[in-house]
Amino acid sequence: MLEKKFMADIKELNKVISYVDNYLEKKISKKKISEIELVIEELFVNVCNYAYKDQNGYFKISISYDDNIIKIKLEDEGIEFNPLEWENPNITLSLEERKIGGLGIMLVKKNMDDIRYIRENSKNILITRKFIKENK
Amino acid sequence: MKIDVKKEEKNLVISLEGKLDTNTFQDLEKELDNLTGVENLTFDFKKLDYISSAGLRVLLTCQKRINSISGTMILKNVKGQIQEVFDMTGFSDILTIK
Repeated sequence: MLEKKFMADIKELNKVISYVDNYLEKKISKKKISEIELVIEELFVNVCNYAYKDQNGYFKISISYDDNIIKIKLEDEGIEFNPLEWENPNITLSLEERKIGGLGIMLVKKNMDDIRYIRENSKNILITRKFIKENK
Repeated sequence: MKIDVKKEEKNLVISLEGKLDTNTFQDLEKELDNLTGVENLTFDFKKLDYISSAGLRVLLTCQKRINSISGTMILKNVKGQIQEVFDMTGFSDILTIK
């Protein structure tokens, strides 16, 4: 398992993504890595924009790959923010009615197999897993 | 992300290369700032490898603007992974993908 703290600042996004890429490279396919990148981007941006709306703070990521399961744990000390409470956008609406919010967390849910949120000791903790069926 | 823009009268072709994400979506927004006189907009995604919700929002806003002037907006050469993101979010139904 790997674990690292980053500044919760959008400017750090590429560093966070590279960190995850380096860990997953050679473990799973490029396609799956790209799906994980998308998940990390969406969750990281949420932390920067909502949990730490008007303040600075850290974003801690732990990632592991065992028994064909990718497990990611994210932690921050921002205000209580549960991204799972975002209302799912209604994707059957016509273009004119479509809203622009909630798409990120929807992509997270669709790309991961399970996800849960805990508020503990003034921390937002998100734990999510993806089951990998392929060999490499 | 690299952006290549070709304009001929009412036709605008925007080719993207790389990643359309939180770091780059504003570059595309700037290009789309001035659509005056454009009736047919084509996005060429041949070299675009990645899109996140930040990119989706730009496309949605752009499609609404194009619709409001009764123009056309087409996305071509969309790669598999980006197509999957469009499918997951229902964008396949509201965008014209060729």
